[in-house]
Amino acid sequence: MKKKSLAILLIMAMIAMLTLAACGSKDDGGEGGESADDDFKVGLICLHDENSTYDLNFINGFKDSMQTLGIDEDHYMIKVNIPEGQECYDAAAEMADAGCDVIFADSFGHEDYMIQAAKDFPDVQFCHATGTKAHTENLPNYHNAFASIYEGRYLAGVAAGMKLNEMIESGQITPEQAKMGYVGAYTYAEVISGYTSFFLGARSVCPTVTMEVTFTGSWYDQTAEKEGATKLIQNGCVLISQHADSMGAPTACEEAGVPDVSYNGSTISACPNTFIVSSRINWSPYYEYAINQTRDGADIDTDWTGTLATGSVQLTEVNDKAAAPGTAEKMAEVQAGLEDGSIRVFDASTITVGGEPLTTYMADVDTDAAYTGDTEVVLDGYFHESEFRSAPYFDLRIDGIKLLDEQY
Amino acid sequence: MNSKKKEPLIHITKRKALTWKQEWLVRLAGILIALILCAVITTFTTHLNPFGVYAAMFKGSFGSPRKIWVLGKELAILLMVSVALAPAFRMKFWNLGAEGQVTVGTLATAACMILLGDKIPNGVLILIMLIAAIVAGALWAFIPALFKAKWNTNETLFTLMMNYVATQLTAYYIIKWESPKGSGNVGIINAHTEAGWLPTLAGQKYFLITIVAAIVTVVMFIYLKYSKHGYELTVVGESQQTARYVGIKVDRVIIRTLLLSGAICGLTGWLLVAGSDHTITTSLAGGRGFLGVMVAWLAHFNPIAMVLSGLLLVFMSRGAGEISTTYGLNPSYGDILTGIILFFVIASEFFINYQLHFRSSKGKEE
Repeated sequence: MKKKSLAILLIMAMIAMLTLAACGSKDDGGEGGESADDDFKVGLICLHDENSTYDLNFINGFKDSMQTLGIDEDHYMIKVNIPEGQECYDAAAEMADAGCDVIFADSFGHEDYMIQAAKDFPDVQFCHATGTKAHTENLPNYHNAFASIYEGRYLAGVAAGMKLNEMIESGQITPEQAKMGYVGAYTYAEVISGYTSFFLGARSVCPTVTMEVTFTGSWYDQTAEKEGATKLIQNGCVLISQHADSMGAPTACEEAGVPDVSYNGSTISACPNTFIVSSRINWSPYYEYAINQTRDGADIDTDWTGTLATGSVQLTEVNDKAAAPGTAEKMAEVQAGLEDGSIRVFDASTITVGGEPLTTYMADVDTDAAYTGDTEVVLDGYFHESEFRSAPYFDLRIDGIKLLDEQY
Repeated sequence: MNSKKKEPLIHITKRKALTWKQEWLVRLAGILIALILCAVITTFTTHLNPFGVYAAMFKGSFGSPRKIWVLGKELAILLMVSVALAPAFRMKFWNLGAEGQVTVGTLATAACMILLGDKIPNGVLILIMLIAAIVAGALWAFIPALFKAKWNTNETLFTLMMNYVATQLTAYYIIKWESPKGSGNVGIINAHTEAGWLPTLAGQKYFLITIVAAIVTVVMFIYLKYSKHGYELTVVGESQQTARYVGIKVDRVIIRTLLLSGAICGLTGWLLVAGSDHTITTSLAGGRGFLGVMVAWLAHFNPIAMVLSGLLLVFMSRGAGEISTTYGLNPSYGDILTGIILFFVIASEFFINYQLHFRSSKGKEE
């Protein structure tokens, strides 16, 4: 009986606490108080923690930027393992409560919750990486950012093509056996744009190359990514690349001795014999841009696309142990071509879809539930990726690439 | 040959019932020892001031009105799942399917929101969502209950497998509803019209969820303690033979109880989608179906006591998040601390029921 009364007492205490909280929050809105001082604070929300290569890339870039900008540990906060649900809104709101002036989020599924937070905290800037809705939401304090990573993928593809050429010349494979494998997460434009640019980069130096793609249905699934890579190797793929965030595919390659072009950062420490090169987005230029704009009271672009020139698209050091000789020099030459516009990644003359040349395409730039194409993106002889909004929208299935499964 | 059996170093005997005061003294001592141990480990492994770490954990749960509300919402949802499990577990029906029962509840709710969106008045829509979620949750529990009642199948495995079916079913519909194409992401449903969203009471998003959970908890307490149904399911749990002998229809009690258990899980799914997240993912239940088992056990299946055990778990998880933000520690560190504290909490339950006797050092050896 006593036990029960104690428990009831506790319940009552909890309700009382919540009621107090309700009253407290009303006062909060009126005063503004602490958060209005000139302490400048920044926040970052991550889907996973440092164990995911994707999130690690965001976290490292963030810490670098904090150092560059002279923002100390008391003036930035990082929240990790925030799921793509209401937790994201709560995390963003807590950061705003704590006085953050700019809040970044790193995962696609965070977008809608960041938009909600942007509506509730009009004085705080919300910057969302990889999202698609900023240009249609029309909120002054909500922004999207991405990078022209397809250029990085293209360069990584050049390194892959060089490796295939080396294998052909040494008689290890015939030109017809030059088949690459790619482990993707979803049949999402970001992934399609990534593997297509990688393939086009490889084909620019190795004309007989083909590619098979498999999807895991998850951005981070170590087992599925490893199994996917192993399946591709068994199918006769002689080189692997991936767009998913675990060490699954690189590890499978190291075990099988198959060369791998990685993503999000170097995997050379775990895969010293098979790692060729990796492209990654360096988020520091964006962090610094958004923070400086906010500090100066200037507007942040609704859609910001980092490029090779801004330093947002980066390639790691080439691993000479696995790469073909002369890879770094060839990549530098192609990079110069991309930067001066003499090479276009999605050059329409190099692409056919279902045997037909690519002359026109209406892309779904303004996201809607019916996936309606709304913007003509093939102009001046090439597909204009990441120009009408920062997030990729290239989702064509081009000839030469075979999708093994499409259920995701 | 030594015919004389040597007395073991330690033997364990069941203790006479302790008084209410003594029981709580043991529990408090357990938590105190756990806190000291955690402090020592924290000092040695991270070189941080353990009191600072504890203060940060406290701040993570109670640091601002918003944090208290989030704590309240998390507790409410976890409590709902635990309370849903209580009648089944008291009947010794090991329902490990709460995760799936909540998931189908979220799926049914989201389906109504997407398909009926702006076609019907909001009040009607919310009601339809509620019914759909409850029916879906109840159905997910009914299937294993029917098999248990009719053919005595193993409910542990059956309910566990039903979780995977629920997850895959949800994954299938997410790909049907995803936007943009291929992203595997549904996003906030009816973001601009807010059709099917539960209303905000007293200016607080999570007020309604907290109230519903409080009502369900109290009603379940009364149901288990004072109703004929509650008595019957307890008898079935003690002994099915006895239950049959006194004329209780065991099959009926099993099915009825599981329908109730599943319905509350479905209701939880409805609260999650309509009241909190407004989206559908395969992981909305977030492991609460299993965490709820622990909450229910720790509270000896007493719904009111679950408030306390649930609060401990939610407090620890919110605190773990806060120390990772404040000190840059990996969130797993908070989980380690949670593990240590839970270990001592469970141990104190052991010492409440049993006592150790050590072999006395003198004599006995001859």
